[in-house]
Amino acid sequence: MSDALVFHFDVDGDNFTSAGQASTQVKRNLRQLGLPPAIIRRVSIAMYEGEINMVIHADGGTADVMVTEEYIEIILKDQGPGIANVEQAMQEGFSTATDSIRSLGFGAGMGLPNMKRYTDSMEINTVLGVGTTITMRVNLA
Amino acid sequence: MKVKDLLEHGFEALSLPDGDREIDGAYIGDLLSWVMGRAQMDNAWITIMTNVNVIAVASLADTSCVILAEGVDMSDELVSTAEAKDVNILRSNDPTYETAIKLSGLIA
Repeated sequence: MSDALVFHFDVDGDNFTSAGQASTQVKRNLRQLGLPPAIIRRVSIAMYEGEINMVIHADGGTADVMVTEEYIEIILKDQGPGIANVEQAMQEGFSTATDSIRSLGFGAGMGLPNMKRYTDSMEINTVLGVGTTITMRVNLA
Repeated sequence: MKVKDLLEHGFEALSLPDGDREIDGAYIGDLLSWVMGRAQMDNAWITIMTNVNVIAVASLADTSCVILAEGVDMSDELVSTAEAKDVNILRSNDPTYETAIKLSGLIA
């Protein structure tokens, strides 16, 4: 098996304008690797939703993307407040975002559900007051 | 129908880096996660939202174009960003409903 490709990004916490830079760069990288557009789209959207979540709720974080022959893995890590009730957060329409976030078109309570929708597996590790790590995989095989 | 063909039917181009792209269906919405969750690749996306995140969503969700309804304004800076990111942005002076009906007649 050949070596995995790894990309690392820092997600700026207080900047909505630059939010999406990491996912846009990943989209570009995956395109250069010649991956199918439908796969690129799923990875890009899942990662963008995660990036936006880190900006809204956690003052930023890091994103690591690993591309192997079998799958693409995205690990999003933040030192935010943690998710009090994951089951509730996974429900479409549930959101704790503020009105100012909503006025930007976010905060519809679809972020985590979209991340699950577009990936083959998603694992959430969260500790209140410590942070959240989300690991998602999109299978290539 | 190609994105650039809409220009002959009263749609105005703000950014048209990929006018030859084919339109396949449409999605209407202003809440960005709904668009990312429900819009299909190659859809025309009709919205009245005009912030920078619209360009990111259009690019990542791989829509064929964004159609701004109600004649809403987009800043020159954002138009430049759209061009740089290969995102087609058109504008219609009609309200969203009429814009959708018109588009439907053209791409059916």
